[in-house]
Amino acid sequence: MPETNSADFSYFPGCSLATTAKESNQSLIECCRKMGINLVELADWNCCGSSSAHSINHQVAFDLACRNLSLAPPGRPLVAACPSCTLRLKHAQQRLRNDEAARSRYRQMWGRPFDPDLSVRHFFGILAGVDMDGLLSTLGRVQINMTYVPYYGCMLNRPFALRALSDHQEVMEKTLAGVGLRPKRWSYGSQCCGTFLTVARPDIVTPKVKAIMQGAAESGADCIVTACAMCHMNLEVRCTLKNPIPIFHFSEILSLAFGTSHHKNWFARHLIDPRPLLKSKGLAAS
Amino acid sequence: MNNRGGAPICLKDLDFRFSQKVKRWAGTDFHTCLQCRSCSGGCPFSEYMDYMPNGVMRLVQLGLKSEALTCNTIWICVGCHTCTIQCPMAIDIPGVMDVLREQAIAEHADILEPDILNFHREVLGSIERYGRTHKLEIMLRYKLKTRDLISDWTVGMKMLAKRKLDLTPSRIERIDDVKKIFQE
Repeated sequence: MPETNSADFSYFPGCSLATTAKESNQSLIECCRKMGINLVELADWNCCGSSSAHSINHQVAFDLACRNLSLAPPGRPLVAACPSCTLRLKHAQQRLRNDEAARSRYRQMWGRPFDPDLSVRHFFGILAGVDMDGLLSTLGRVQINMTYVPYYGCMLNRPFALRALSDHQEVMEKTLAGVGLRPKRWSYGSQCCGTFLTVARPDIVTPKVKAIMQGAAESGADCIVTACAMCHMNLEVRCTLKNPIPIFHFSEILSLAFGTSHHKNWFARHLIDPRPLLKSKGLAAS
Repeated sequence: MNNRGGAPICLKDLDFRFSQKVKRWAGTDFHTCLQCRSCSGGCPFSEYMDYMPNGVMRLVQLGLKSEALTCNTIWICVGCHTCTIQCPMAIDIPGVMDVLREQAIAEHADILEPDILNFHREVLGSIERYGRTHKLEIMLRYKLKTRDLISDWTVGMKMLAKRKLDLTPSRIERIDDVKKIFQE
């Protein structure tokens, strides 16, 4: 268990986790702390550019990602929990590795050479290397007697050039297997949530979200567990069902499994209140 | 549905230099497209597009520049890469869409989804001002620009009540770094 001896990671929260999904940020830091992973926030990080930068200005998208890479201290992996931020950082890194002109721009803009050894990882990539069973035996596990559907959104899809990088297939199922959570089969685990179209074209996103939420309910699951804070927001904000099942950030569930008591401000921030479900399962009572 | 309205393709309209440029910028070879339509079958949003993703690949292959730059497909595509993983030729289709969008703006082509472009501009404006996105301000500015303050009012209120929308922006310290990016 290399990760349990308080390993330091540079941490890139990104705008969603820093603002709209603070509960995702807090629970991520909490479950990492339990796992002995010390997340050190990247000093003065900037927005990765989100979908909008690469959509209309590739140079700005590249430079924004590069500034973040240039802030990362050497010898410490840079970890992000937002699939989209991770992809933007990795995309820039890929270009820097393959293109001398890009490296020279990086040097000129940020006053230091590109570090080809910097490891940029998604939180799931770190989880894959953690011995969950050993960890739960040491920490004591809280049994979570619930069924869920894992919702990865588009994070499992990759452009071809980045496909060789870590594959996060079934990470949530594998990690949660030891704590009593049982996944249900459903068809929407990798369906795109509609991301930014939610603002300009809610007419497109609303029926998509409805299908996802309905699919989750029809699977018989008690809840949805999401890998991405953006997906979480879209599902909650655009849901038109009368009695939708609650949606958890993966890190919230993992923290509960580790027996956290710091969840006071997490669940009250959800638009679809998960507290009645948690209460009925004897969880997070306080 | 497509915006050529079934009109024949004239050879004089084919701009192969455009085709080569898009290929170079996108760094992916769309000439290998087999027109198998896996991309369009898998695309979650194809029903809202005027040209299917495979259709856009054909437009850029043939160098039908104005059709490629003025279709709504390039704006509806969110880059979820569902098409990419289904493409047997491993074409980075969203990468092509990125190039076409940027070209459509650069060449002042008709923008079929102006609200989506407005939204992207508001996001970039926010990043330029603060180094990070300030969602409340992005939404308000977007709503003012599109002259639609009514829709999503309830959603906004709910998010404010749950304190999901911060009233003040989170700013980076060295904002000059980010200003420099936007001035380049």
